[in-house]
Amino acid sequence: MIKLENINKTYYNGAALHVLKGLNLHINQGEFVAIMGASGSGKSTLLNIVGILDDYDTGTYHLNGKLIRELSEKESAVYRNQTIGFVFQSFNLISFKTALENVALPLYYQGVRRKKRNATAMRYLERMGLAGWEDHLPSELSGGQKQRIAMARALVTNPRIILADEPTGALDSQTSVEVMHLLQEVNREGITVVMVTHNPEMAGMSQKIIHIRDGIIGSIEHNTQRHHV
Amino acid sequence: MFDDFQEIFNTIKKNKLRTFLTGFSMAWGIFMLIVLLGAGNGIRNGVFHNFADRATNFMRIWPGRTAQAHGGLQAGRLIKLDSSDTWFLEKEFSEVYNVSPVINQYNKSFYYKGDYATGTLRGVLPNYTTIESVEIRAGNGRFINQADIRDKRKVIVLHARTARLLFKDENPLGKYITYDKVVYKVVGVYHDDNLSQTPVSCVPLTTAQQIHFPAQGYSTLNMLLDGLDTKAQNETFETELRASLGRKHKFNKEDKSAVYLYNVAREFLQFKGMFNAITLFIWIIGLGTLIAGVVGISNIMLITVKERTKEFGIRKAIGATPQSILRLVMTECLVITAFFGYLGMIAGIGLTELLNQLMGTPGAPASQEDMVLFTNPTVDLSIILAATLVLILAGLLAGYLPAKRAVQVKPIESLRYE
Repeated sequence: MIKLENINKTYYNGAALHVLKGLNLHINQGEFVAIMGASGSGKSTLLNIVGILDDYDTGTYHLNGKLIRELSEKESAVYRNQTIGFVFQSFNLISFKTALENVALPLYYQGVRRKKRNATAMRYLERMGLAGWEDHLPSELSGGQKQRIAMARALVTNPRIILADEPTGALDSQTSVEVMHLLQEVNREGITVVMVTHNPEMAGMSQKIIHIRDGIIGSIEHNTQRHHV
Repeated sequence: MFDDFQEIFNTIKKNKLRTFLTGFSMAWGIFMLIVLLGAGNGIRNGVFHNFADRATNFMRIWPGRTAQAHGGLQAGRLIKLDSSDTWFLEKEFSEVYNVSPVINQYNKSFYYKGDYATGTLRGVLPNYTTIESVEIRAGNGRFINQADIRDKRKVIVLHARTARLLFKDENPLGKYITYDKVVYKVVGVYHDDNLSQTPVSCVPLTTAQQIHFPAQGYSTLNMLLDGLDTKAQNETFETELRASLGRKHKFNKEDKSAVYLYNVAREFLQFKGMFNAITLFIWIIGLGTLIAGVVGISNIMLITVKERTKEFGIRKAIGATPQSILRLVMTECLVITAFFGYLGMIAGIGLTELLNQLMGTPGAPASQEDMVLFTNPTVDLSIILAATLVLILAGLLAGYLPAKRAVQVKPIESLRYE
C-alpha cells in the first residue's frame, strides 16, 4: 500500500536541515500504524510526504503501486482527493463554512452534484454523532466536535488511507479517546490509518508503533493486544 | 458551472466585510469618476450652450468714420458699404462666404389696431438664417425669400415677442402692421434665443434699402468664415481684410475706426482653448481617481489572497487543483467588481441625471445676466464602461498574481500559514 524506500528530505531554512535520512517503510492495506518520535525527528515530515503535501529529495515512494514523484499539482490533488483523507491537529476546517459544507467540500472537488454531496456528507456527520450540528460554524463547536467533523470530511470520499497528524493533540483525554475509537472503527472497515502522535497512550491503541529516531526508523513495536483505555 | 457559482456566492455571503470593502472601493471609484467628469462636462456644455444656434464662425463688419486723412482725403469721412462690397469680399477672400448684408432701423414702433411695440426693423437676405439664430416653428409662416427680395415686397417676419405684444392670441399671419408709416404684411413669426435685447423683425433687404435708406449703405455686413482655425490665421485675415477694404474705400489700413470688425470665430477659438484646458484638467483628476481606485482594489485583493492562504492549503489538501482555486478567486473578484462597478455606475449616472433634471437644459437663457453655466452634466457611456473595465481588470490582475503564487506553493506551506 505505502512503500517508502531510502527517502531523503532536507529543509533549507537558512541552514540545511537533513530531516529524513534514507528512511524505509512499508505499510500494508488495513494496518493501523502510529508513528512516534521526539519533536524534530521527522515524523510529521514523513506523514506529509506520504500525504503528498510535501515532496522528497531522493528515494522512491510508491502509493498503491504508483510511483509518487514529481507529480504536477493537479495530479497530486487528484490522488489526495481520491485515496487519502487528512485529519490535522488544528482541525483545518474552513471557518466560514458550516459543518455540512466543510464535510461536503472534497466531494465538490470530485464534481459530485450538490444534492448528492450534501446527502453523503450528512450521512458521515451522523456516523460521527454530529446529527443536528450540520448548520453550525466550526467556531460554535467544541474541539472534539471539530475533530469529528474533520474525520467526517476525511472519510467522505471513501479513501483507502487516513493520515492523522496529532489528531488528539488539541483535545482533552476524554475526547481524545472518543476520537481514537472512531479511528479504530474506521480501521476495522479496512481503511489504512497512519497516525503521528507523541502520546504513548494513543499510540498504544494502534496495531503497530513505529519509532523514528534521527530521520530513520528506530524500532517497530507490534501491539498484539489492543489497549482500550 | 452552476455549482461553481454557488460555491462563490457562498464564499461572498460568508465574508461580507471583505466583499463590501472590495465592492465599495470599486463602486466609489466609478462613482467619483462619473461625478467629476459629469461636473466638467456640465460646465463645458453650459458655456458652449451660450453659443448654441448661432454660427460660431461668423464675422460682422460695420462702417465708421475715418480718423486719419488718407490718399488726399480728409479725416472724418463716412465709409459706406454697399452691394459692391458683398461681391468684393467674396471675390477677394476665399475664406469668406455667405455674406449677408443687413440694414437696421431703430427706435420706431410697430403699430397694429391701436397697439404698438418698439423694436428694430432689419432688412435682410434669406441667408440671414445661416448666421443668426432664426427658428420658424410649425404654423408660424415663413422667412424672407428670394421673391421678396426681387420684388421688394412689403412683407415682414415678426419677432415672436413683438408678435405677442401686438396680436395677443390673434393669428398674425396675413395681417398688416405699420412701421414708420409704412404698411407691411406679416408672413412669418420667428423665435430666437434673444430674450433680453430689443426684438428685431425682418423685412426684405431691398425693401428696407428703398424705403428707409436710399442713400446710405448697409448697416452691417455679416459673413461666415471658413478655414481659420488658429488665432494667428484669424489675425492675419483681419489685417488683410482691413488693408483690402482700405484700398477699395481709400482709408489707411491702420485706421481702426473706418470699419469695425467683430470676429466671433476668434472669440470662440479662445473659449475653446480655455475649455480644452479645463477638459484636460478634469481628465487628469478623473484618471487620478481611477488610479486611486485601482490601488484600493489591488490592495484589498492582495490582502484577501494573503488572508486566504491557509484556506487554499486546506482546499488543496482535500483535493482542490490549483486551477480550481485560481478560478474561484478570479470569478469571485470578477463577480464582486462587476456588480459593485455596476452599482457605482448606476449611482453616478443617477446623480448626474438628477443634476441634469434640476439644473436643466434650458431652451434659452432668460436674460443676458442669466447665462447658463451648467448644462447636461452627463458622461459618455462608453467612457464609463471603459473605466469600469479598467477597474475590473485591475482587480483581476491584483488578485491573479498573488493567488497564482499562493496556489503554487506546496500545500504544507499554505497549511502552516497563519
